Amino acid sequence: MTVELTKSGGGPGSLGPPPPPPPSSSGGSGHQASQAPRIPHGYHGYLRYVAGKLAGAAISLLAVLVTSFFLFRMIPGDPVKQMTGGRQMSTEQIESLRRQFGLDQPLWQQFTDYCASALTGDFGTSFQFRAPVIDKITEALPATLLLTGTAFVLYTLIGIWIGSRAAWRRGRFGDRFHTAFALTLYSVPSFWLGLLLIVTLSVGVGPLPGLFPTGGMESGGGESGFAYVLDVAHHLTLPVITLVAVEYARTLLVMRSSLLDEMGGDYLTTARAKGLRDDLVRRRHAVPNALLPTVTLLFVNLGNTVAGAILVETVFSWPGLGGLFYQALSVPDLPLVQALFVLFAASVILMNTLADLVYPLLDPRVSR
Amino acid sequence: MATRDQHPPAPPTALTTPATPAKPATPATPTPRLTRLRLLLASGAAALGLTAALTTPLNPAPPPAQADDSATTLTVAVAQSVDSLSPFLAVRLVSTSIHRLMYDYLTNYDAKDNTAIPGFATAWEPSPDKLTWTYTIRDDSQWSDGKQATAADAAWTFQTMMDDEGAATANGSFVSNFKKVSAPSPDKLVVELKKPQATMAALDVPILPQHIWEGIDDFTKFNNDKKFPIVGNGPFILTDYKVDSFVKLKANKDFWRGAPAFDELVFRYYKDQDAAVAALRKGEVSFVSGQPALTPAQAKSLKQADNIAVNEGPGRRFFALAVNPGARTKDGEEFGDGHPALLDQNVRHALFHAVDRETIVDKVFQGHAVEGAGYIPPRFSDYFWEPSPQQKIAYDPKRAATLLDKAGYRVDGQGKRVGEDGKPLDLRILCHATDPNDKAIGKYLQEWWGELGIGLKVDCRDDVSKPWYDGEYDLAFDGWSVNPDPDFVLSIHTCDALPTKAKSSAATDNFICDTRYDELYRQQLAEYDPAKRADLVKRMESRLYDLGYMNVMAYPNAVEAYRTDHIKSITTMPEDAGNIYGQDGYWSWWSAVPATTDGGGQDGKSGSSGDSGNTGLVVGLTAVAALVAVGGALFALRRRTTREDRE
Repeated sequence: MTVELTKSGGGPGSLGPPPPPPPSSSGGSGHQASQAPRIPHGYHGYLRYVAGKLAGAAISLLAVLVTSFFLFRMIPGDPVKQMTGGRQMSTEQIESLRRQFGLDQPLWQQFTDYCASALTGDFGTSFQFRAPVIDKITEALPATLLLTGTAFVLYTLIGIWIGSRAAWRRGRFGDRFHTAFALTLYSVPSFWLGLLLIVTLSVGVGPLPGLFPTGGMESGGGESGFAYVLDVAHHLTLPVITLVAVEYARTLLVMRSSLLDEMGGDYLTTARAKGLRDDLVRRRHAVPNALLPTVTLLFVNLGNTVAGAILVETVFSWPGLGGLFYQALSVPDLPLVQALFVLFAASVILMNTLADLVYPLLDPRVSR
Repeated sequence: MATRDQHPPAPPTALTTPATPAKPATPATPTPRLTRLRLLLASGAAALGLTAALTTPLNPAPPPAQADDSATTLTVAVAQSVDSLSPFLAVRLVSTSIHRLMYDYLTNYDAKDNTAIPGFATAWEPSPDKLTWTYTIRDDSQWSDGKQATAADAAWTFQTMMDDEGAATANGSFVSNFKKVSAPSPDKLVVELKKPQATMAALDVPILPQHIWEGIDDFTKFNNDKKFPIVGNGPFILTDYKVDSFVKLKANKDFWRGAPAFDELVFRYYKDQDAAVAALRKGEVSFVSGQPALTPAQAKSLKQADNIAVNEGPGRRFFALAVNPGARTKDGEEFGDGHPALLDQNVRHALFHAVDRETIVDKVFQGHAVEGAGYIPPRFSDYFWEPSPQQKIAYDPKRAATLLDKAGYRVDGQGKRVGEDGKPLDLRILCHATDPNDKAIGKYLQEWWGELGIGLKVDCRDDVSKPWYDGEYDLAFDGWSVNPDPDFVLSIHTCDALPTKAKSSAATDNFICDTRYDELYRQQLAEYDPAKRADLVKRMESRLYDLGYMNVMAYPNAVEAYRTDHIKSITTMPEDAGNIYGQDGYWSWWSAVPATTDGGGQDGKSGSSGDSGNTGLVVGLTAVAALVAVGGALFALRRRTTREDRE
């Protein structure tokens, strides 16, 4: 099959780890998504397959743990200098900071300390916020999951829906219009679209009143219970619209192109010959066969939802992980940035492994 | 040096992309019935449910508002995250500004002219030998839990910073010259010094309540952000804080200087400056400061808006060119790779003679700055110094060419300045990649110095601290925020500030070490007579100017905006023309008077909470109704198709 859109991983507005490999995490070789993993016959074969995938995932995770330690020590910038710059600081204070952060230790010592505590789930204390890294992450994670999770569900549904219809009526006005429209939105920088929405729908233009808040996740007016949920939903609307608008094109195009690949299939002619309605032919026969690449993309996107969407989070002042990652990087706040990197990578690895495991269940051809 | 004002760089969000048509995407026909699609739908719903479930328990609803409906709220847009609410740890501008509101300091600075005035201390006096300072502590200051605030609290605060390394993290430098601190009576605080120190009326240290803080074991891990309201004795009391969402304070009605006019002060987070400006237009916030200032375009458009006033006043920063004088340690070990030509004063002066400061103010700052002169900005009138006409290194390219000729750098056949060793004069300037002003001025410098025959490479970095401390630069864009007491910005050019080890961090700004300057520095630090001290400071500025390792190009203005239908009046600092956000004191928020309701039917209090809450409810309900309607439609369609298929 051909995936028209190869730009994977961090789409516009999403700052994620490097483009994740397609779901064969352990192998790492970028095999086409439609080529299902080769699975040995039989029940034991499947178990061996699962064990292999899980082992691969565990090894990847270990590699990420190690990489994240060295990766952020290579980027230029001294956390202590960065944090104390522009401020009255005595040499004793600076040395004391180094001691507090453990930066006075030799590198190997720092590394073994890091490994020992990271394996027990302790990622240390943030340099700049003086709070356990885990606390900072659990503070911001729900906001990010709410934003990117909601957007994920919407753009996946919209993308599959429009994509399958566009392919079925290929070349017609609807197809051309939706494909062009989606691609146009895809090319729009998310922060710019976000600002446009703020100017029009938040502040209001002409007779149109300001309908939505300009930013934040809540009014902070002491709402509770259902009022609080409504308040958050109100704040959530514009950032979700922005994310969906720039993201749905990917699902749409993958769905469209994989369905196009199926369109010439003899089985469709057979189905039609049986006298089935065109709609049914598409829904019951064509789309299920074309869904696999989309499921791949779905898992890739799902893995990325944790990383948040830094630009959209910034424009809408959403208190999520994207913004936290940016702040952590600019110091660099080593414990925080390491933990976030591990978290982002782990979620991608987890989703890819899940995709690997789910494949045989989704497509009976694979397990046969 | 590297960071200016401790502002973290804002993510780049330039508005340069062309417009695109935006029409709503209307899906073709609804389709419901595919099994796998339904599976997806179900899993989608499950994911939504999961995220919602994850959100709810970790985000308990904030406590119900204490303020009744008639309460006035002042909402301020901020961008910088709070690093810590513990005064022992906080170094960022947003946090230290909030501490000014929560806690009293021994002294404050007069909004009129920045001179030290009573704060927690009503009077202070040095002993004849200059080594003991005695502060009289006021008897009308109470902690918000009802306990009396006394000299013992102040003594405990300073003593803890002297004894506990963790407590010294942020403000340790203030006590490094302290020998002993004691509180012989509730109204007397006595500080004994190792050496005379003229800055004893400028100890910017929040005084903490001993009875609350003395039980804490590890100050490096205590962020003071768990138990609300936080006990303090400043003009405001911090009542609630949610990371990157808001910081809430309520007026301290018992504050000894008088209660603030607003009942509540809220700092709300807007991470993007354009979004903050939009929130101001809408009335969601009452004040926007920009970081560090509104852009010229934002200021221009806000000036035309109704009910919005743009406040422009002299800033507290200077924007300068720093020259690498040859990096070295205290012991004289040289390191780094600064250009040797810059060791010649004639070359340095030639470079500065070729800088057209007027153009920089007009074109780069678009008028929102004041042309640079001495080291300390004119806002601090007591210490402001300007070169005399004879001393001034004015814009004069001809003079610059003559000076270069005199220094032995002559123009060769290709128009390049070449030294006696035959090498062309090519320089580098270190620039902050996150600062558009650095880049713009870099372009001008390339042009001006290029005309003289000097090559210039503008080296922009996200993080300049490494080459900076390593001394691996020729020139650099430099800037500092200046405090009412100039001691600190003067100290960073003394030999004492040089690093002890090559390439390690140190207090020095750009490795300047000059014995005459140092002598003056020592004199001013021991001079307790304000007028005499100011005179010494001015002589230091003059010396620094002549040395030519530091040349101030401009003093950027503070450009801020507020809603006149929320705020009737507010005190700037300096009072005649000054800034509002980030003052050396609590004057702005303490003095702000709410606009009354009689003007044009406009809501007197901040429009944020009241009406947008109702709109929120309406829109939210509409959204839920729409969702239900769509769901119902889908269900109906599904039923219909099922029926058809059964045929």
